[in-house]
Amino acid sequence: MLVQLVGMGAPLAILNTESKKGLALVGAPLGYVVLMLAVPLAAILLISFWTQDFQTFDTTPTLNNYREAVTDPLYRELLFRSIRIAGLVTLVTVLLAFPVAYFISFHVAPERKSLWLFLITIPFWTSYLIRVFLWKVILGFNGVINSGLQTVGIIDEPLTFILYNANAVVITLAHAFAPFAILPIFVALEKIDRSLLEASQDLGENRVSTFFRVTLPLAMPGVVAAVLIVFIPTIGDYVTPRLVGGPDGLMIANMIQVQFLRLNNAPMGATLAVIAMLSVSLIALLFVALNRRFLRGSR
Amino acid sequence: MTALIDLKNVNKYYDDYHALRDVNLEIAQGEFFSLLGPSGCGKTTLLRTIAGFEAPSDGSLHIAGANMNGVPANARPTNMVFQSYAIFPHLSVAENVGFGLRKSQLSKSDKIKSVEEALDMVGLNGFGGRAAHALSGGQRQRVALARALILKPKVLLLDEPLSALDKKLREQMQSELRRLQRQVGITFILVTHDQEEALIMSDRVAVMFDGAIAQLADPQTLYKRPRTRKVGDFIGVMNFLPAHVTDPNKITLDVAGLGTVTIAPEQAPSGTSSGAAEIGIRPEMMSILFEGEPDRGEIAEATIQDRAYYGDMTYYDVHLKNVPEPVTISMKNIIGRPVLEVGETTRVSWDARSLVLFAS
Repeated sequence: MLVQLVGMGAPLAILNTESKKGLALVGAPLGYVVLMLAVPLAAILLISFWTQDFQTFDTTPTLNNYREAVTDPLYRELLFRSIRIAGLVTLVTVLLAFPVAYFISFHVAPERKSLWLFLITIPFWTSYLIRVFLWKVILGFNGVINSGLQTVGIIDEPLTFILYNANAVVITLAHAFAPFAILPIFVALEKIDRSLLEASQDLGENRVSTFFRVTLPLAMPGVVAAVLIVFIPTIGDYVTPRLVGGPDGLMIANMIQVQFLRLNNAPMGATLAVIAMLSVSLIALLFVALNRRFLRGSR
Repeated sequence: MTALIDLKNVNKYYDDYHALRDVNLEIAQGEFFSLLGPSGCGKTTLLRTIAGFEAPSDGSLHIAGANMNGVPANARPTNMVFQSYAIFPHLSVAENVGFGLRKSQLSKSDKIKSVEEALDMVGLNGFGGRAAHALSGGQRQRVALARALILKPKVLLLDEPLSALDKKLREQMQSELRRLQRQVGITFILVTHDQEEALIMSDRVAVMFDGAIAQLADPQTLYKRPRTRKVGDFIGVMNFLPAHVTDPNKITLDVAGLGTVTIAPEQAPSGTSSGAAEIGIRPEMMSILFEGEPDRGEIAEATIQDRAYYGDMTYYDVHLKNVPEPVTISMKNIIGRPVLEVGETTRVSWDARSLVLFAS
């Protein structure tokens, strides 16, 4: 007790030079993060408890915005749709990324691996916006897919289910986020000691059962990382649903933008942002817990 | 006696690299067999061929009479202890040991029991619930052994299992492996580059160089009668002296520094012809002739060139007349024996029965 009191009484005095050096190193980025992330976040949180009063804010704290956000079916639908689309994007991305990562890790010669990873980053050489527009060209009414299929004679009428709806959002986002999913899964697969796979076969398992009993469990930390990396940004994506989503593909971020800039209702926008953030945090925590379970066994 | 493992004219090529050259090998049921050689000699390739991880380019492999051509590793009656142990990091010790039991017909409680028995056998009872990554090197090795032996294979393959352990633990595991092999009666095939380990543990040893078996013999024959200079040099220490065969029938030869000697036929390769040759002699087969000690039959003058004191032994490099290279002699440091200084002259003694003749 006494020791504690003494310790608490002089927290600065016991800082050794090592800690001071550390503080000096993290000081600048910490200040940047506080200024650019923590302050705006706190502001959003604060505004969400206010009310818009024409041009000014009524700063009396209220939960009315939250009540409205939870009860209004439009907001609820948008939030659930965002989660659904982000979930679908994550599923498609990870399912497509896994074979690619597996191929590079297990079937590409070691000296070629960095070349393959380099090739995977090629889509990043063009801007995100341009890539989304390109998908519009590919998926459109007179787009590459439709005119191609019509020329070959497979379809008579252009396919309409591939643009201006949720499908288009999923296709576009899955492509945009593929490298983000491939890389963590690749790293996890690279870390697997190849003799473990031989040991499994030696102990009677064939290649398929070895995959499910050894490779996949050991790659799980990478898969969970990929899920988080894809899911968190896509749920709040705004550009893609706006450009290729049509009315049925709009997501919660589009509504937040509408609230802030069109309806001039910043408190409602802030409320929706906070709710979206909380939902993402909840789902992310779930995955982190899952990841910990897988990490427990390995080093 | 039919061989449990039978390799006939097995060759293995990696592109234009010839990894295994015409390997013919028969290994009996219950044998402790070692593949010994320097790194890159093909011993691990041979082991992996038996395990089913490599397919021979040509030749045949039979295990217990069944042709293993095209049989994958998971269908062979072999199990392996990997050099890295290959313990599954996401599973507990018990799950590791029971990994191969998934397809077995045993009931769940019988599986648990056999896992416990296997852990007991390697001295790890009570470790079942531990996480695999919390084990020491020696414990991992035991888990790998239990995991392989629980499936009661016809052959247990060990790929340099002791190379990652420190000296004390390695010696302990050597005798334990030997005990375990006698207990279970399973054929063990051990790959090692440590000649001492091969001699200590094996019933028979195949010495390999450049993908081919140079000599296949029991440890004593291998040590006493290496067939080639290369084998003699690889197993332990051996002195080589130039020699000249004067009578190939009685096998009489002039040896540089040692004079004229006659040796028995088993000390020479068959079909010895007259002319230049080489003899080999082990350091402990020669002795410095100290005051009052009996000689070994033959005597020569020598000068001490260098000496190394090991505590229990002293190794001398001595110069013999007409011998270009110094000859190494090891002497036990028994009571009353002095340790000679560099430059002292002395007499060395040897027995003609300990010489081995190599055709040059």
